[in-house]
Amino acid sequence: MQIALQQLVNGLTVGAFYALIALGYTMVYGIIRLINFAHGDIYAVGAFLGLSVFGLLAVLHVGNGVLATLLALIVSMGATGLLGVLLYRAAYRPLLHARLSILISAIGASLTLEYGLFLIYSPSFLVYPHLFGRAGPSWGSIQVSWLQVLIFASSMVLMAALYLLVHRTKVGMAMRALAINQDAARLMGIDVDRVIALTFFLGSVLAAFAGVFTGLYYSQISFLMGFLLGLKAFTAAVLGGIGNIPGAVLGGFLLGVLESLAAGYFSSRWKDVFAFAILIIILVVRPRGLLGERVVERM
Amino acid sequence: MLAVAAVLAAIALPIFGNPYLIDVGTQVLIYVMLGLGLNVVVGYAGLLDLGYAAFFAIGAYTTALLMVRYHAAFWPTLPVAALAAALSGVIIGTPTLRMRSDYLAIVTLGFGEIVRIAATNLSFTGGPEGVYGIPHPKIGAFVLRSPQALYVLGMAFVVLVLAGSYNLARSRLGRAWLAIREDEAAAQAAGIYPVYFKLMAYVLGAVFAGAAGAFFAVKLTAINPSSFTFIQSVTILMVIILGGMGSLPGVILGAAVIVILPEALRAFDQVRMFAFGIGLILLMLIRPQGLWPSRIGQIERRVVAESEASVAAGVAADAAATTE
Repeated sequence: MQIALQQLVNGLTVGAFYALIALGYTMVYGIIRLINFAHGDIYAVGAFLGLSVFGLLAVLHVGNGVLATLLALIVSMGATGLLGVLLYRAAYRPLLHARLSILISAIGASLTLEYGLFLIYSPSFLVYPHLFGRAGPSWGSIQVSWLQVLIFASSMVLMAALYLLVHRTKVGMAMRALAINQDAARLMGIDVDRVIALTFFLGSVLAAFAGVFTGLYYSQISFLMGFLLGLKAFTAAVLGGIGNIPGAVLGGFLLGVLESLAAGYFSSRWKDVFAFAILIIILVVRPRGLLGERVVERM
Repeated sequence: MLAVAAVLAAIALPIFGNPYLIDVGTQVLIYVMLGLGLNVVVGYAGLLDLGYAAFFAIGAYTTALLMVRYHAAFWPTLPVAALAAALSGVIIGTPTLRMRSDYLAIVTLGFGEIVRIAATNLSFTGGPEGVYGIPHPKIGAFVLRSPQALYVLGMAFVVLVLAGSYNLARSRLGRAWLAIREDEAAAQAAGIYPVYFKLMAYVLGAVFAGAAGAFFAVKLTAINPSSFTFIQSVTILMVIILGGMGSLPGVILGAAVIVILPEALRAFDQVRMFAFGIGLILLMLIRPQGLWPSRIGQIERRVVAESEASVAAGVAADAAATTE
């Protein structure tokens, strides 16, 4: 029971990362039916940009950890968001109606970002600043760090904000209209291109947020960190029901907890096989996921 | 002209080339086999497979384990390797080929990773070190050990696979794949059961990769999981996209470029994957049909473009009529 509760705490933290990244997959998929292969790498770019900001602040002798984290988050989220828009404009927009070509372009984008980080930063792991200790509340042998609390709480706030944006604002209504019927939305006067670009921006911003906190939580990052995590976040999006925002959050936390429990009780060497097996089983048995609706393939 | 020159170069290479050049040539042959196999799946049937290296791995590991642990000869092992790959194709294909095409891409990616992680973690596959000491194949008492002999063996494989691919495209199967690829609903209405034909493409593609894996194992005499990564799957995909999906000369050209270009640009090894990524995007944007597209593909594209243009014109006319 102690192991299970401890793994639940760890699983909720990892789950927050999965959920934040899954949202980017699910929003883009919902609107243009594209599995954005590069999304995991966008998350990695967010982590690296955050590291650059921390490095710059250390040079400028900014000692305040909270201020540094805030600045790293703001700069990284803004820049990564713009990168997401650039990626859409350059690699995806001309191919919106070519089903196979756009997927291949997305794979190309993924490799470009991964090996761009490899070339610009480093082929090996880079170390993040150690700003938050292990301290935090504990019950018996169950340890929770303040960083874990912060990650969980701030991601919940961000996800709630996203939900409100999509369901309570005019732009959100445009996004939802686009997901239902792009041509009809265009005829209603919606600037389709700008709404798609905004979707990429929002997804990338959330991914960068997850990236910076991943660095702070695991204290090291690598140029390939987005590949596996991206796949798992996509699994989470499918698990919750792709195209569905609460579904992505639910799927993210569920996958995080399940995986942590599996790693706690079985060998962690098979953890990734476990995640992929979940992905394949859901796609075969219930492709619309837990909360999703049936999606008809667009020709 | 170009084709004749290529054939002459391929024949001249083992006679006049030095061992290094012959080895590069043999690598090209392996990618030709893999490209032709993946071409059946992606080019003919239109199914995006991102875990194709898994079948390559299964062929290579089956051969390596049978020859090293059970001292089997190469020739009886070869069909077993192809069969093992085919069987895994049936196992992963049967439940998944009904699903949406982009989900299939993800599932194949997951399958590829599962196979690689399993090969790394299991003890009977040799873990991360893999299997080594794989014997060279023999014909009677003659051991195919020299680079020339292995090149000729690879060439024999390629000729068989090439003949197979050529005939497949013109068979009943090939026509069914074309129909499904272009319009699945219409194909189904015409009495073609898509899942069966997709599975056939998947299994035949797996057989080609299994045979290529067997050759790969006896050529290198040592294999390990690092040869069967996602990057490997993408590289094979790159071969057929670069050359032109569905085009046999295109696959050969693609394999040659993918192997020779990085060899020629040794100094730029660091930027190879980065260049791959940029190359994939640019190809899709500028020349999605590849360097040497198939003639059928070109005709199809023209027809599709014309029909799309006429539909667009129709929509514009309707819109104009409505505004009036």
